Amino acid sequence: MSENKEIEIMQSVYDKNDQVASQINASLTSKGIYAINVMGAPGAGKTTSLIQIIKRLTDVTSYVIEGDIEADFDTKTLQSLGVKAIQINTGGACHLDSPLIGEAVDELNISDGVLFIENIGNLVCPAEFMIGEHAKMLISTVTEGSDKPYKYPLAFEKADLILLNKCDLLPYIDFDEDFFMKGVRALNQTAPVIKVSGKTEEGYEKVVEWIVEKTRSLQK
Amino acid sequence: MHEYPITQRIIEIAGEYAEKNHAEEVKVIHLVVGDTCGYVASSIELYFDIIAEGTPCEKAKLHIKRVTPELKCSACGKLFVRKPFTFECPFCKGEGRPTEIGQEFYIKSIEV
Ligand SMILES: Nc1nc2c(ncn2[C@@H]2O[C@H](COP(=O)(O)OP(=O)(O)OP(=O)(O)O)[C@@H](O)[C@H]2O)c(=O)[nH]1
Ligand SMILES: [Mg+2]
Ligand SMILES: [Zn+2]
Repeated sequence: MSENKEIEIMQSVYDKNDQVASQINASLTSKGIYAINVMGAPGAGKTTSLIQIIKRLTDVTSYVIEGDIEADFDTKTLQSLGVKAIQINTGGACHLDSPLIGEAVDELNISDGVLFIENIGNLVCPAEFMIGEHAKMLISTVTEGSDKPYKYPLAFEKADLILLNKCDLLPYIDFDEDFFMKGVRALNQTAPVIKVSGKTEEGYEKVVEWIVEKTRSLQK
Repeated sequence: MHEYPITQRIIEIAGEYAEKNHAEEVKVIHLVVGDTCGYVASSIELYFDIIAEGTPCEKAKLHIKRVTPELKCSACGKLFVRKPFTFECPFCKGEGRPTEIGQEFYIKSIEV
């Protein structure tokens, strides 16, 4: 048998996803759409927080792509808020990828506003895949525990905005906020961490401020 | 579970390079997989044989080099492997920051 010949490749295998992601991102930017990839564990309050945020986003049009495994988004609430929303069927996938988002974006036919993409409830996989977003919003909760940055560093590292949700439950649980923040700041020095509660509705004004500012600077 | 499509992609890329180099079959694929890249090396191995069937990679050996993540200390600049539940530098107690080391995921080369 002859010697093997080695061919150097050095090619990242993410290529295809990332290529599509940057195309989507460019297309959204040209339409004046600021896209936010909403990540968090199952039940962290992604949908609840979206409703709270959208309610307060009065001057900016909101759009939603709902990436749940099964449709659970409160469509009526959404419609009453006047939101254009679309559900994508992921059939059990652990994260959204950019070809799926590309199709949904075409279908939505949108311009000038904020597009929220609710990713699959999962703290691991969504952080690894760009889907054309301008920012990643991570929703962590006090009930998940203060060690989450240490166990799921990538999600915290990649986030541009972090919501600490379910703060209404703080009196009932042991959540070490200093330990949590120490972990977050080791991984990420810039993302604002905003304490919110989907139940008492506290904290969302600040979230909305951040989103409006980003959207305005994109549209300039 | 998302290793299935990525394994398909690995086999595709390896096949494309083999064809470009006028080789009929791929004998070895050298893959570099960081432990925090999001793909589990053993799952890729598991899918590989099934997906490679009937392709130029059918008989290929998959050689995976794993990379342990390292942090870089923001105080002393040294690289280190972190201990659970802390990002503290073992040399100076400074704070470690994430690096690209451990996030690799690429095909280094193939042998034909
Ligand atoms: N007490 C309390 N409950 C909350 C809060 N936010 C959300 N919940 C509850 O938590 C549950 C899950 O909320 P969702 O908004 O559906 O969470 P999600 O992240 O969209 O869930 P998946 O899409 O299934 O991953 C619901 O029962 C909410 O009412 C909060 O701030 N405080
Ligand atoms: Mg939801
Ligand atoms: Zn140090």
